[in-house]
Amino acid sequence: MARKTAFMAAALSAVALTLTACGGGGSETDATTLRRSIGASPKSVDPHKAEGTWENDVIGDMFIGLFTEDVEGNPIPGMAESWTTSDDGLVWTFKLRDANWSDGQPVTARDFQFGMRRILDPKSTGSAYGSLLYVLKNAQKVNSGELPVEELGVKIIDDKTLEVTLEYPAPYLPGLLKHYVSFPVPAHVVSELGSGWVKPENIVVNGAYKLDEWRTGDFLRSVKNPGFYDAENVCFNEIVYFPYSDHGAVVRMAQTGKLDMANAFPNERYEELKESLPGWPRVFSMMTTTYVSLNNQQAPFDDKRVRQALSMAIDREYITEKVMGAGQTPVYGLVPKGMRNYPEGAQITWKGLSRADRLVEAKRLLEEAGFGPDNPLKFEYIYRSTGENPKAAPVIQANWLEIADWVQPEIRRVDTQVLYKQLQQGDFEASDAAWVADYNDAFNFLYLFDSRSGPMNYGNYSNPEFDALIDKSHLQLDPVARAKTLRAAEQVLMDDSAMIPMWTPGRQYLVNPDITGFEPNVEDIHRSRYMCRKSLKEG
Amino acid sequence: MQNNSAPSSSSNALSRLASRFPTGYALRRLLIAIPTMLAVITMAFFMMRAAPGNPYSTDRKLPPEVEANMKASLGLDKPLVQQYAEYVGKVARGDFGPSMRNKDKTVIELIGEGLPVSLTIGAASMGIALFIGSLLGVLAAIRQNSFADYSVMGLAMFGISIPTFVTGPILSLVFGVYLTLFAVGGLDMGRMNFNNMFLPIVTLALPQIAIISRLMRASMIEVLRSNYIRTARAKGLSERSVLLRHAAPAAALPLVSYIGPATAGLLTGSVVIERVFSLPGVGKYFVDGALNRDYTLVLGVIILYAGLIVIFNLLADLLYGVLDPRVKY
Repeated sequence: MARKTAFMAAALSAVALTLTACGGGGSETDATTLRRSIGASPKSVDPHKAEGTWENDVIGDMFIGLFTEDVEGNPIPGMAESWTTSDDGLVWTFKLRDANWSDGQPVTARDFQFGMRRILDPKSTGSAYGSLLYVLKNAQKVNSGELPVEELGVKIIDDKTLEVTLEYPAPYLPGLLKHYVSFPVPAHVVSELGSGWVKPENIVVNGAYKLDEWRTGDFLRSVKNPGFYDAENVCFNEIVYFPYSDHGAVVRMAQTGKLDMANAFPNERYEELKESLPGWPRVFSMMTTTYVSLNNQQAPFDDKRVRQALSMAIDREYITEKVMGAGQTPVYGLVPKGMRNYPEGAQITWKGLSRADRLVEAKRLLEEAGFGPDNPLKFEYIYRSTGENPKAAPVIQANWLEIADWVQPEIRRVDTQVLYKQLQQGDFEASDAAWVADYNDAFNFLYLFDSRSGPMNYGNYSNPEFDALIDKSHLQLDPVARAKTLRAAEQVLMDDSAMIPMWTPGRQYLVNPDITGFEPNVEDIHRSRYMCRKSLKEG
Repeated sequence: MQNNSAPSSSSNALSRLASRFPTGYALRRLLIAIPTMLAVITMAFFMMRAAPGNPYSTDRKLPPEVEANMKASLGLDKPLVQQYAEYVGKVARGDFGPSMRNKDKTVIELIGEGLPVSLTIGAASMGIALFIGSLLGVLAAIRQNSFADYSVMGLAMFGISIPTFVTGPILSLVFGVYLTLFAVGGLDMGRMNFNNMFLPIVTLALPQIAIISRLMRASMIEVLRSNYIRTARAKGLSERSVLLRHAAPAAALPLVSYIGPATAGLLTGSVVIERVFSLPGVGKYFVDGALNRDYTLVLGVIILYAGLIVIFNLLADLLYGVLDPRVKY
């Protein structure tokens, strides 16, 4: 017994000793390291296989396209030193800057051609996002295997000159050429190593940072690339990306100094965090619109009056302020504010009415459409199981019930992946949906309602007038005239109540006030190479 | 069984145990495991495929040519039966294939990265739970209906009814944020240490301590009422010897059938613990994989889980033979 007691005492003191030794929370970290939580584990760091914004956080620190972004996300020349555009806006010729890959090899026009061919080659990556490059001549036909990759409109003039031919003029091309789908990849490495080229031990980059270590679900660590053309202005020596998905845990880590920034925090804690972590919470809008999609081809939503009535009844202000309250803004148009070359979007005409008047008008419209106590309006509203949507859905249902007691919506929560499948198949009556723009241009929102967009036009909206305006915009080189045409198209959508615009989701970040170079922007792009620590700058 | 106090006799006991080891029985069980595993793989394979969605479905509908390209790159363009046959063939050769969503890594690589963390948390919390749980259970049983009993059982009820997604953040807040004794989450650049493992292990152990102490108490009370214990006491054996040598091993039997599958479950990761403490274990793969329709990753984790269940059930059955002399194989 005595021996046992002695053993227990020893064990306890060992535990106590270790406790003391380990006290003090998180480990010491170098001030020259930026520690950012990106919210999810990257599925791939290959620019041609990536699909998510969190992957872009890592990839965009490693690769530079013909264009890149400034601290606010605007396109600026990247690997392109200069360029010329033909009069018809179809041929762009880029002169490349003198820059090297991290293994010392020069970045050449071949690397760009190789990259664009690779993402579009049906036998290559199987990329989900290759279609973003369909603006390139023959891209769609190459991607579908109808034409060989050699037919793609990307030509090498010489080592440092690249010629890109388009299907139609695209004034937004610089924005697209800073997207990871158009990034160059080191042809000499990818040809040799295949899909293994992105492993930390093999990867070769042309950007500010190079992946050095990657433990799935744990962290990715990139180190400064001394060969980067702007290396002298890069502050941090290392970037550690954490894939933490639990927002509560992220807050606790920020509180204990384990993180410098995180791309999410729990919405409902916004007010509290302003107090407990002063200067940290940042909320801003991004180029996303949440909307209610209505099946335009099926009764009862084939009737414009019914669509408008439901849109009028929703109290967007209450939902954004009271139910969410962390940077979301109510919207009365499809294209969110702040899109490039699109200063003012279209608006729903009845926006000026009070809520009470809207409800009266909604009831009148429904009665006119033949609904009433004897013919109740019954339909099902499905909503995504993720994010804020489960909170908003019951409020939306209650809003509709306010029109009259014979408006009888049922709501059903659906696994997000299943919901999008149903939307794409047109297998729904009313559903919530959201669109995050792939690039900063109003067309990227409006094309969703083009009758030729196929399954992306969830509600099967079709109006020849709208389609004609979209076609017209494709031929306009003047950004002002083009914006006017696109706005007219958006107004057609609003007048038809093709869908119900709801709100622009807020983007919530926690950023240590000591970190500089973080600027809120609608594209939600924040490159580590612009960031620094005040103390480092002063030092 | 009875002579485990002196070192010399314990080595004798070991060799006796080894000679009594039912090799034939264990081999038979392992052979039976093969069709069991095959059935698990088959069911999981076809159930995964029956779920709506696929590894490449996103919020945007892919152009048909892109969808075809992605399908082909994942091998999903072949007939389902052929995919199944190829998959089983590969698994038999130890190749679990590339993950369909985590495109830069294979399933084996992913499990290799996550399993050490899950194993550490699972094994440590089960060890702690077994030790503390059985001690508390025995204590409650011998002091039945006393204050000690009520306290232990009250705590146990508390431990069972408060889920880990509540205790985890609370412990993390109190011991991590306020007292700064332990890390609030995450590893230390890939390294596990006492600082970042303590809270997750304790959080995971708490409900297990509760369950085990209740099981142990109930079983101990029953054993203490049996005739052979009365005989042992009548023979004048000390209370300690009655409890530890005669009652405890018999009382541990129901525990053994519980800890077999429970250990397998803990070792393959707890998705809640991994999320709350931002730890890179395999539990997360299972849930994320299922949500993202990462067929190969989910199957990989299922095979791992099923394999561990088979092994731990076999170990539990073998342990029966050690604890209960009446068991014959």
